Amino acid sequence: MATRKPQPAPDVPQHFSDGSDELARTWADAPGFWGWLTTVDHKRIGRRYICTGMVFFVLAGILALAMRTQLARPENGLMGPDRYNQLFSMHGTTMMFLFAVPIMEAVAVYVVPLMCGTRNIAFPRLNAFSYWVYLFGGVMIWIAFAMNVGPETGWFSYVPLANSDYSPGKRTDFWAQMITFTEVAALAVAVELVATILKTRAPGMTLARMPLFLWSMLITSFMVIFAMPSVMLASTFLITDRLVGTHFYNPADGGDALLWQHLFWFFGHPEVYIIFVPALGMISSIVETFSRRAVFAHTAMVLALVTTGFFAFGLWVHHMFATGLPALGNSFYTAASMVIAIPSAVQVFSWLATIGTGKPKFATPLLFVLGFFAIFVLGGLTGVMLASVPLDLQVHDTYFVVAHFHYVLIGGAVFPLFGAFYYWFPKFTGRRLSETAGKWNFWLFFIGFNVTFFPMHYLGLIGMPRRVYTYPVDMGWDLWNLIATIGAYLIAISALVFVVNVVRALRSGEPAGDNPWDAPSLEWATASPPPAYNFAAIPRVDSATPLWSDNDLPALSGLRSDRREILLTTATDADPQITWGLPKPSSWPLWSAIALTVLFIWSIFSPWGVVWGAIPLAVALTIWFWPSPDDRGLISEKSR
Amino acid sequence: MTRRIAIVGDVSELADYGYGPQALGWWGVLGFVLIEGMAFVLAIGAYLYLMPFEAHWPPALRPPDLRYGTLFTIVMLASVVPNQLIKHAALREDEPAVRRLILIMIAFGVALLIVRGFEFTALNTRWDLNAYGSIVWAIMVLHTIHLATDFYDTCPLAVLVHVRGIDGRHFSDVEDNAVYWNFVAFSWLVLYVLIYWLPRWLS
Repeated sequence: MATRKPQPAPDVPQHFSDGSDELARTWADAPGFWGWLTTVDHKRIGRRYICTGMVFFVLAGILALAMRTQLARPENGLMGPDRYNQLFSMHGTTMMFLFAVPIMEAVAVYVVPLMCGTRNIAFPRLNAFSYWVYLFGGVMIWIAFAMNVGPETGWFSYVPLANSDYSPGKRTDFWAQMITFTEVAALAVAVELVATILKTRAPGMTLARMPLFLWSMLITSFMVIFAMPSVMLASTFLITDRLVGTHFYNPADGGDALLWQHLFWFFGHPEVYIIFVPALGMISSIVETFSRRAVFAHTAMVLALVTTGFFAFGLWVHHMFATGLPALGNSFYTAASMVIAIPSAVQVFSWLATIGTGKPKFATPLLFVLGFFAIFVLGGLTGVMLASVPLDLQVHDTYFVVAHFHYVLIGGAVFPLFGAFYYWFPKFTGRRLSETAGKWNFWLFFIGFNVTFFPMHYLGLIGMPRRVYTYPVDMGWDLWNLIATIGAYLIAISALVFVVNVVRALRSGEPAGDNPWDAPSLEWATASPPPAYNFAAIPRVDSATPLWSDNDLPALSGLRSDRREILLTTATDADPQITWGLPKPSSWPLWSAIALTVLFIWSIFSPWGVVWGAIPLAVALTIWFWPSPDDRGLISEKSR
Repeated sequence: MTRRIAIVGDVSELADYGYGPQALGWWGVLGFVLIEGMAFVLAIGAYLYLMPFEAHWPPALRPPDLRYGTLFTIVMLASVVPNQLIKHAALREDEPAVRRLILIMIAFGVALLIVRGFEFTALNTRWDLNAYGSIVWAIMVLHTIHLATDFYDTCPLAVLVHVRGIDGRHFSDVEDNAVYWNFVAFSWLVLYVLIYWLPRWLS
């Protein structure tokens, strides 16, 4: 047993970014490119996660533009059916697996530890590993696409279309392994976030005082934990059916094609909420700050989030109404699909009450939230319509469904996400985005979105099926398709305005200061951008809106500055419990991710790739976890 | 504006390690147990889902031989005893006991992997024969990955505690490892009933 070492003299910081030189050295990364590769700082990893997610968003958006250009007029010859199949498959796959889920988790990776008042995310090396795995999976599928082996069976890749009879070659195998990459990454972040939120909250931040964004990420993380194993299992069954002759989805030998749909949608429906629930938390943060009052009915909001997360697992069969399930089952899932509108409505009314009884300031983040209200409510209404089996059967696989889920996903997640970018950008970079450009960004997006997707409701109702690469003249679809295409280009211009706004802000944006919005939560208590150690002393919290107190901010000293130490608190009351050393930067999460990439890609070509690929992976993981003599974070230096 | 802070307390006297829910590692283990437990639940669901598609279960009317599966179950359950002992030894920070028991756990791991190897030869089906064979192999492989992972995890931990000596964080790691082993052991009980006994009861 190691004996207790003498403690260094306590630092007495004057503010949260006033750490000693030793503290700054302890939390600093190595300089240059090596530091970039080996960092375990949640802020650096969060930023690169966000940037990578946005690159995939742009790439998927370019595919959408290509599709809309092809559909702008009937019998267009810009591309053939095979290319179009790959385009819509890559668009959906990239948006869902490489943009929507990762970017929500990415924002959380950056914001959650700061909002908790701690110095880093729990399991920082796992966090680095998660990013590399995500990056390599995304790069793999895009390289495959560039080499004409991109996915071709849609983002939900139904069998038998996706089995080796109808999708020969390696296209669907790359898709299935991309699933494994992204789910490994998402699950790792989910575990980190649960541990961070439950164990590293600032003393005094009881569950009742916990910001709604933390609640939303806690619930999302549990949803990821319970939903994503399903798609990993489903895609593994798919790839083994294709590569080693298993029969999970083969009816000729006792399998069943609908098993795929059950496993996929048991993940796929919660997935929609895994994207949407973080957005709810972002909205609460924005509404609270820009209304200058605490969110109305905090407890009801928490219960609504929990209920949404719970109900999300009871809806998956509403994606399968057209498969001929028993009538009783259909009725149950119709009822469940309608019930979930209730917690969503509770939240919308609470936000409206917050804005209505506050002193709202209509800055760009709040504009995006107002846009969310309009678009998401419309999407929710068509959702209730689709929950009705007879209507669902009529519009199944038509553009009505395409309109619905874009209203829900873009309205429910992308609008709040853009609001969140404008809100937290000053914290990320220390610079403010231009409000004028922000308003252009918002209005172009809002108008462009509705011009693109509102006509699709009508196109669906008059019978245009989704996933057709062209359509004949005289169907009555020409005008509405042309309008939708014009809208898509408006959205592209809006995205361009955003990119220009970001680049200009990074070059010459107005300095933000610590708390430019006068927001109430802890991430705004430290500098913008925060120092590597986040907080020189650990904040103590006495209310749900700690920064709206006029007094000096209470804090606790005593964490060591000569090693990467954080404070762990109790899960419910956030009482101080123990201190905990975190590991230093390391290149081994990167090497482990490379080894895992080799294993996954090798397994597409030979099942022995799993066996031989496991050896370098095991070696890399062992070295990762092996405490090096100079890594004092992993060693206890106190006796009990 | 940069807000001033007021130091109102000090945490330097707190311990720098802990056990169970106090420790961060325990929450990581819990997270992965939930993920992998969910994977088991879904695999069991797939097994039960596929049953009605065959007139007989198993289709070839020969369920897996009981001999190796039952032997594996007995050894697995027996391993829970030293596993509990090592967990409690870690909690009372008994270094000699942890060093001794971790070698016993490795021996159990080796024995279990060997028996599991024989078990695969007595399943009376192949993964590519039919959907029944596919799901039986899938569940067996899934559990074997967990067994192998925890066995592999135990080996470097054993080297650490013998070569480096044990500090509080290592005691905490040993406890976390024991929690995960219990998950591997008790999840197998459910799978054993499913794979070995359910087909017999149905026939």
